[in-house]
Amino acid sequence: MMNAIETKNLSLSYGETLIINELDLKIPKGEITVFIGGNGCGKSTLLRSIARLLKPKSGGVLLEGKAISKLSTKEIAKKMAILPQSPTAPEGLTVLQLVKQGRYPHQSWLKQWSEEDEKKVNDALKATRLEELKERTVDSLSGGQRQRAWIAMTLAQDTDIILLDEPTTYLDMTHQIEILDLLFELNEKKKRTVVMVLHDLNLACRYAHNLVAIKDKKVFAQGKPEHVINCSLVKNVFGMDCEVTMDPLFGTPLCIPYGRGRCILNQAVAMNG
Amino acid sequence: MLLKNTSLKWIGIIIAVLVMLLLMCASVIFGYTDTSWRTAIDAFTHYNGSNEHIIIQTVRLPRALIASAVGASLAIAGVLMQTLTKNPLASPGIFGINAGAGFAVVTAVTLFSVNNLQAFNGLAFLGAAVAAVSVYGIGSFGREGLTPMKLTLAGAAIGAMFSSFTQGLLVVDEAALEQVLFWLAGSVQGRKLETLVSVLPFIGLGWIGAVLIAGKMNILSMGEDVAKGLGLNTGLVKIAIGIIVILLAGGSVAVAGPIGFVGIVVPHITRSIIGIDHRWVIPLSGVLGAILLLAADIAARYILMPSEVPVGVMTAIIGTPFFIYIARRGFNGR
Amino acid sequence: MSKYKNFRLFKGKLSFLIDRKAAFIFTILLLVTFMVFVLSTGIGDMKINPLTVVKVLFGGGPEMEKLIITSFRLPRIIVALMVGMSLAVAGGILQGMIRNPLASPDVLGITGGASVAVVGFLAFFSDSNNALTVSIAWLPLAAFLGAGIVAFLVYFLAWKNGVSPIRLVLIGIGISTLMQALTTLMMIMGPIYQASQANIWITGTVYGSNWKNVATLVPWTVIFLIIAIVAARTINIQELGDEVATGLGGKVQKQRFLLLMISTALIGSSVAFAGGIGFVGLMAPHMARRLVGSSFGALLPTSALLGGILVMVADLIGRTMFSPLEVPAGVFTAGIGAPYFIYLLFKTRNA
Repeated sequence: MMNAIETKNLSLSYGETLIINELDLKIPKGEITVFIGGNGCGKSTLLRSIARLLKPKSGGVLLEGKAISKLSTKEIAKKMAILPQSPTAPEGLTVLQLVKQGRYPHQSWLKQWSEEDEKKVNDALKATRLEELKERTVDSLSGGQRQRAWIAMTLAQDTDIILLDEPTTYLDMTHQIEILDLLFELNEKKKRTVVMVLHDLNLACRYAHNLVAIKDKKVFAQGKPEHVINCSLVKNVFGMDCEVTMDPLFGTPLCIPYGRGRCILNQAVAMNG
Repeated sequence: MLLKNTSLKWIGIIIAVLVMLLLMCASVIFGYTDTSWRTAIDAFTHYNGSNEHIIIQTVRLPRALIASAVGASLAIAGVLMQTLTKNPLASPGIFGINAGAGFAVVTAVTLFSVNNLQAFNGLAFLGAAVAAVSVYGIGSFGREGLTPMKLTLAGAAIGAMFSSFTQGLLVVDEAALEQVLFWLAGSVQGRKLETLVSVLPFIGLGWIGAVLIAGKMNILSMGEDVAKGLGLNTGLVKIAIGIIVILLAGGSVAVAGPIGFVGIVVPHITRSIIGIDHRWVIPLSGVLGAILLLAADIAARYILMPSEVPVGVMTAIIGTPFFIYIARRGFNGR
Repeated sequence: MSKYKNFRLFKGKLSFLIDRKAAFIFTILLLVTFMVFVLSTGIGDMKINPLTVVKVLFGGGPEMEKLIITSFRLPRIIVALMVGMSLAVAGGILQGMIRNPLASPDVLGITGGASVAVVGFLAFFSDSNNALTVSIAWLPLAAFLGAGIVAFLVYFLAWKNGVSPIRLVLIGIGISTLMQALTTLMMIMGPIYQASQANIWITGTVYGSNWKNVATLVPWTVIFLIIAIVAARTINIQELGDEVATGLGGKVQKQRFLLLMISTALIGSSVAFAGGIGFVGLMAPHMARRLVGSSFGALLPTSALLGGILVMVADLIGRTMFSPLEVPAGVFTAGIGAPYFIYLLFKTRNA
């Protein structure tokens, strides 16, 4: 299987501080890859440098085999879309206007609204079930709807790869699942490569085909969640002791941390027989 | 922070005070008519009506005192404004104070033919107060009460409005322009001691108020919600700060006209020396503000000798590179 | 999408989308602009019937009225219209670039730079009798150079691995204050006549416009307005934030520079011919936003018309209300602008 994205010897720093050190990574095409790691481990930084929002200190990123430093930003935009953390839309912008912006890399001064543009925007609105809401302003939507609108924009961009930086932080549980379900569907039905940073380890295990754990400025482990997640990894990467069992609905790894809290195991066992 | 422990801080303040006194003396002695230390002392102990003695008594001494008082007041007002608006580039000017004062003075000159400097004094104070109160009021509209953003914007709007009206009036009445132009530039020169004395009670009250409220300001700077959680009556504290700023900045503008940059730049210098505890920052800012204005005033005498550059222009010239440096560096050292 | 009408020509090589409502509003505003233009031309010391004005505009009409209109009124009103449009569009661009609806041209210190240049010009090129040694026709050039130099200076100083909107605004404010101080300094050092002249200019007025001015201003303005409207799509994505804009393939820094240049060109020319008319760059884009929404393709043309109307009206009031006194238009744009600004603050108080 071809790699959608590859990094070679990638080093990233903010000012004098080194965040990522000579990192090699291969991200497979057509799968959902999730970066996990402790706070400040550099997973967002890594994602942003792949999106060419951050210039590497050394090393490089390859997009479908070509170095992104050699590609023009428009060419990259036709292959890869990014949704940063907490994006803000200007006041009064409607959902439709936002989604239309996704067509920017395919347009030019003269060609501002081709038939293809129109089709892709409509498809994006349909896929995110926002057709009814397209004339509403983005700031009047709920958190989940708003995030869907931004995802619709990246869909209209019509790229093979979509990068998302913490798309579910600040959303309540219902909306988190709403967004992740949508991304899963996009991957399944439309074969998009999805790369995202998630904080919730359990959700990551449920939705990711490929998990990348970042620690000590490098990739600590990579692979299918069920092959990669175990107590020792969680202890290493997050510094936390936990039990790893199987999610009763999906069968994917479920991580339960040790610590304080009401322990009613005996009662519960007694009640459930 | 340069002065890390308490004893160092006390030493710092004492040194600053000494420097200030030194500069006051220098301000009295140096200038177009050079005098000497001896002559200065004689002017007060063995007054003999000579030119030099007159200059020292009626021009130099008031000037030095005014520069000190105004510099100190503007610097302290700056500290208060920066904490209140959470904007490290805030100054009393953004409250619309300078513009309001200017407007009041110009209106009086053009519409009511007022023309003595004494009256400018009271009018300026009045204009400053009215502007500040309106800005405060407008910035407090709405659910959240007074937020830094609304305050800054209201200040900008009111300031711009008064400026425009002022300019408009001056276009229509050319003679007025002549009278007020120098005042509008901001200067400590040519002001009488009586002016300072009449404003001193207000400024003095401001100084005392600032020192007393320093502790509460430390808490306020941690954020509105945190401060309330700690039991601070944020609404009252903000009003108190507003009143103190009006006293300090209003009084300064009444005596010396609009002088900028002292209020922006001095708090930063102070914080880099002595840390962010307001109980230290406020007194030291006062002293450093006096030093800055005294130094600027002395320089203003020599740059275009025998002409004088208005000190407001001097502070702008010194202040701008500083301002740019702060803006480039970003607020969190970003 | 019946709210929109799409245009596709030359087998799709040329295509764009028009928002019907916006197009409608734009047309209405075009009519209003024309009406204000005609009325404004008709009102003055000698009142001229609007119909007569229209006749004159199309080449006919009685001799006397023709003379008054073409020699005195037209140049001035055309300049007012151009200046209003330029400032409004520049303001719109800046607000989009800086992502803050309260940004305006005055904030970048550009008008301040022009002031210094104007006062400096008056100071240096006057002899001991307070007469100008060079023609006053050079004044606009001086103003424009001042504006341009300051714009570059501010951009350069705000550059640190790229220009962020906040840094741009803050440094602009700092430079602007410095410029004010320098202006005051020069006004003090020179004779009062100069100060007075300078002050009139600073307040902003279209008094004394002539056909030479118009000949320079109109082509310049029209060209840059067109460039601005075509560039509207880059502003649209910049408004979404630097990261999203880059993700969409926009060359953010290059575009920002281009937009800044367009704004400076528009502001510089306005300031050169009409002085420091304030608040238009702030008010017009806002009002336009309320009428046609946030998409810049619709916003910029609408702002332009609103700006033109504002300045023409302000000039009209200034000319007639305090007759025979001429109050500069700048006073009225501030007089309407500041309360409007406050009203804006009031309206968005629960945001």
